[in-house]
Amino acid sequence: MFAGPTGYISLASAAFYGVGLYTAAILNAQMAFPVVVILAGVFCFIVAVLVGMLTLRLRGVYFTIFTFGLVQLLFYAVAEVERIATGKRGRFVSTEGTETVYYAMFIVAVLVLVTAVLLRRSRYGLALQSIGEYEQAAEHSGVNVVRTKVVVFAVSSVFMGMAGAIVATRRAYIDPGIAFDLNVTFMPVLMAILGGMTNLIGPVIGAVVFAYLGEFLLTRLPDLYMLVFGAVMVLVILFFPQGLWGLLAQGWRKLRGGRRAPA
Amino acid sequence: MHLLEGEGVCKNFGGLAAVSEVDFYVDEGEIVGLIGPNGAGKTTLFNLISAALKPKPGKIIYKGRDITPLPAYKICRMGIARTFQTVKIFANVPVLRNVMVGSLFGTGKHMSSSEAQKKAQEALDFVGLASLKDTLAGDLTLAQQKRLELARALASDPELLLLDEIMAGLTPTEVAEAMEAITQIRSRGVTVIMIEHVMQAIMKISDRIIVLDYGKKIAEGTPAEMAANPKVIEVYLGEECDA
Repeated sequence: MFAGPTGYISLASAAFYGVGLYTAAILNAQMAFPVVVILAGVFCFIVAVLVGMLTLRLRGVYFTIFTFGLVQLLFYAVAEVERIATGKRGRFVSTEGTETVYYAMFIVAVLVLVTAVLLRRSRYGLALQSIGEYEQAAEHSGVNVVRTKVVVFAVSSVFMGMAGAIVATRRAYIDPGIAFDLNVTFMPVLMAILGGMTNLIGPVIGAVVFAYLGEFLLTRLPDLYMLVFGAVMVLVILFFPQGLWGLLAQGWRKLRGGRRAPA
Repeated sequence: MHLLEGEGVCKNFGGLAAVSEVDFYVDEGEIVGLIGPNGAGKTTLFNLISAALKPKPGKIIYKGRDITPLPAYKICRMGIARTFQTVKIFANVPVLRNVMVGSLFGTGKHMSSSEAQKKAQEALDFVGLASLKDTLAGDLTLAQQKRLELARALASDPELLLLDEIMAGLTPTEVAEAMEAITQIRSRGVTVIMIEHVMQAIMKISDRIIVLDYGKKIAEGTPAEMAANPKVIEVYLGEECDA
């Protein structure tokens, strides 16, 4: 939602996911499940606004590196706070039933897509697109570049936090290593690259293929899993920079007879 | 009161003084030409006015208000729009949407998207790109892209328009069209500052010309005065009389 139009890649997913996990771990025993999930989103929004105001003045790769650092920072901060406050490494989370978790996840996923579609159609969509195309020109045409980036970054992090809070209730136990896991940070980016980042369907396709491919390789080739997976990703990036959706769209254009190869 | 005023405007890049202690003013309704050899600091001065860069030291005053600390998007909303020497368009976005960025965000007023679209459409009609409104901006020719930038700037309802070499690389016919367009823009009440190397054009349509050389203002006056000024002839006209 954020990276697609702007070209800014955030590696902070795990940070917000972790914030979500911890929100659930601390509050789920005392409060109703939906309230916890919403609170997780609110916390993430606040964190993202703070982080965004500090970092979204950075351009391009510097922003990516900072968000990556943020995950590490939160990991050590939370580990240290836990050690001092509770003297333990992890926490138990009161769990919810599988069905509740499934529906909750489903609702969040639908919310993400609906928000993304609305965003894209709104004036923010055009602002984001102009930022991605030419940040300087956008700014000189009256777009409040920093605020737009912060708001959208914050909105997208809300969903990551909600997802984290929901997953926490399945895991029953979390510690900082699980919460601020760098894999969580790379997964969504890889899924999006695999599917194609230029539109909203791409990442969804990417996620589905990614999940199936992952499970398939894990069961059939447990030893070579990571190797094959890595090779697939490299091939996709090298040969289909537009992702799977880009490939499909290209094929469709060819089928319709237009033989203009997209640049 | 002048519409726009610069007081002791300086900008250094490392040890190089790109613009040094330039005082200038622009009055409402004028067309002011900004000329000088390559590297004289003309574009830097535009960047300082539009807040892409901040003068240090120096002050930019617009309608009596010190606008030096404001960010670029606010400068645009206050009524100062610009084009760029190397076109900066949104290449993968259709022409109309390019211009709508200006009308939706740049006017300083809240615009509904249908109002913004109408305004963008008018700007496209004015520059003659109405028939290409659904084309991707990146597919336009350079001359068309320059017009698109002009339309985007106009869509933000400017009172002051900064045109950075809008005629560079155009054919003589296109130059004539551009001159006609600039005169029309002025007659709508928009003040224009233009950087240009196409001498006949700038001499013909400017009310007043400011000459920069090595970051300093070396002369200022009517086109006729500038053409007769020995300093100007030495640094500029003498070298490129048939530019």
